[in-house]
Amino acid sequence: MVAVASREIRDGDLVFVGMRLPILAYAVARNAHAPSARGLFEVGLMRDQPAAAFLGTMGDPPNVAGALWATRMSNVMALMAQGQVDLGFIGGAEVDRFGNLNTSYVGEPSRPTVKLPGSGGGADIAILSRRWVTLMSHERRRLVEKVSFVTSPGHGDGTPGWRKRNGLLGGGPAAIITTLCVLRFPEEGGEAYLASVHPGITVDDVRSATGWQLKVARQVSETAAPDESELAAIRRFDPDGFWTQPA
Amino acid sequence: MSGKVMTMAEAVRRFVPDGSTVALGLSLEPLIPFAAGHEVIRQQRRDLDLVGPISDALFDQLIGAGCVRRVTAAWIGNVSEGLGHCYRRACEQQIPRPLEVRDHSNFSISLALWAAAWNVPSLPTRTLLGSEILRTNPGLIVADGLVHVEAVRPDVAIVHVQRADAMGRAHVWGPLGVTEEAGLAAGAVIVTCEELVDASATLSDPNRILFPETKVVAVVHEPGAAHPSPVQGFFKRDHAFYRDYAEQSRTVGGYEAWIRQWVMQVPDRATYLSRIDVESLRITQHRMSEPVDYGDK
Repeated sequence: MVAVASREIRDGDLVFVGMRLPILAYAVARNAHAPSARGLFEVGLMRDQPAAAFLGTMGDPPNVAGALWATRMSNVMALMAQGQVDLGFIGGAEVDRFGNLNTSYVGEPSRPTVKLPGSGGGADIAILSRRWVTLMSHERRRLVEKVSFVTSPGHGDGTPGWRKRNGLLGGGPAAIITTLCVLRFPEEGGEAYLASVHPGITVDDVRSATGWQLKVARQVSETAAPDESELAAIRRFDPDGFWTQPA
Repeated sequence: MSGKVMTMAEAVRRFVPDGSTVALGLSLEPLIPFAAGHEVIRQQRRDLDLVGPISDALFDQLIGAGCVRRVTAAWIGNVSEGLGHCYRRACEQQIPRPLEVRDHSNFSISLALWAAAWNVPSLPTRTLLGSEILRTNPGLIVADGLVHVEAVRPDVAIVHVQRADAMGRAHVWGPLGVTEEAGLAAGAVIVTCEELVDASATLSDPNRILFPETKVVAVVHEPGAAHPSPVQGFFKRDHAFYRDYAEQSRTVGGYEAWIRQWVMQVPDRATYLSRIDVESLRITQHRMSEPVDYGDK
């Protein structure tokens, strides 16, 4: 997932990095195909080089040492509100076919069966960044017909122009990267379709782990496996497997 | 003791009464005032409204201890570990008591604090358009295609900084999150610091002073007060400590044992620090900035 996510970062992008795996994806991209990308962190940081040591959070001292800018959160949000953030990463507990994300409540908000941590900066990225990508473990309880709660809006009800009509600035979700595959969205928004399956995974595997009738591209490709340089970067920035080993 | 310097126990007793709205954890993951939060738990404060952007474990601990009536925040959990178990129990099962949640995003809580800082009822933004957070938080109102974020005014903000003087002039460096707007919005600020320094040090660099001294009511010299969160130039983040808390707090019994061990049976911060390997967390590789020139007198 980390290597696939890193390929979403284009050279020169300003990336709203977020937490967990995207921190690694940013480091991998900088070391491979995107040497002039810059990262923004909502804690109030901008960086070019990835941090020189392991990060448990974006606010750890190695992420501050050598920063391009250490500032207040509202200054970082100002850049995103101006449409200057090319790509954002958002995690989620549930996603639907239109890319709407839930990180707030499973069940009724007044009496939830599961209280999730909340938006953090997720809703801000979803609404304001030019495009965004979400990373998720591929399970039927996560890729659902309808999310219990829309914390971070994707393409809304899936009708053309939903985001524009509702005043959302950015282009919305471009991809859902899962443990099994990559789902992509049409340029103009709407519904996710299966674009590539990871090595060893079949289209049926993906279908049976997805909570809605999944659209499939005419030609589903195989996701390119991580190459040597991507693996080397992952090992360098996560030497003990804190983020990349199953618990 | 001179100026506003006092102990943590006195600062909490005087400036964090039951029912207050308390802003803390304002720099997100670094500089979290855990020692102050633990003193709030020891003094068994009740009916607090906690305000913050994301909270890395401290809100969860205060909620589990029954101190909290309401949270006004964007995210509550354990950043490197995931869910906050006490937060879940409070919302799902009303354990140890019911909890009211005022959802925000990071951007909207910042705007709510700036609105209070500037003494206006609300500030408009495009963030949260299309989000159902608009449905659960009555302080977010859509009009004319914009979201109007109502002001959130803390009674007191608690911040941890690298150094401060006895008048409360605090120097802080690293990312600031929503610290400035929270302090300006708050009725009063409690500063806890790694180093208590002479005014000549803070006044040598007035650009780095975080708040006007008129806002600061208490200065607590408490090295290590942010553990397990990091302090730039002083302490690394103690990832294993967060993991242990996440594991233990999965059950009510485990959480209560944790709080007894690390809060209730710990009289003060010095005792707490004697029970962890402080030296392994201390930052030893320093990286000094260039001084600046404030001449001309």
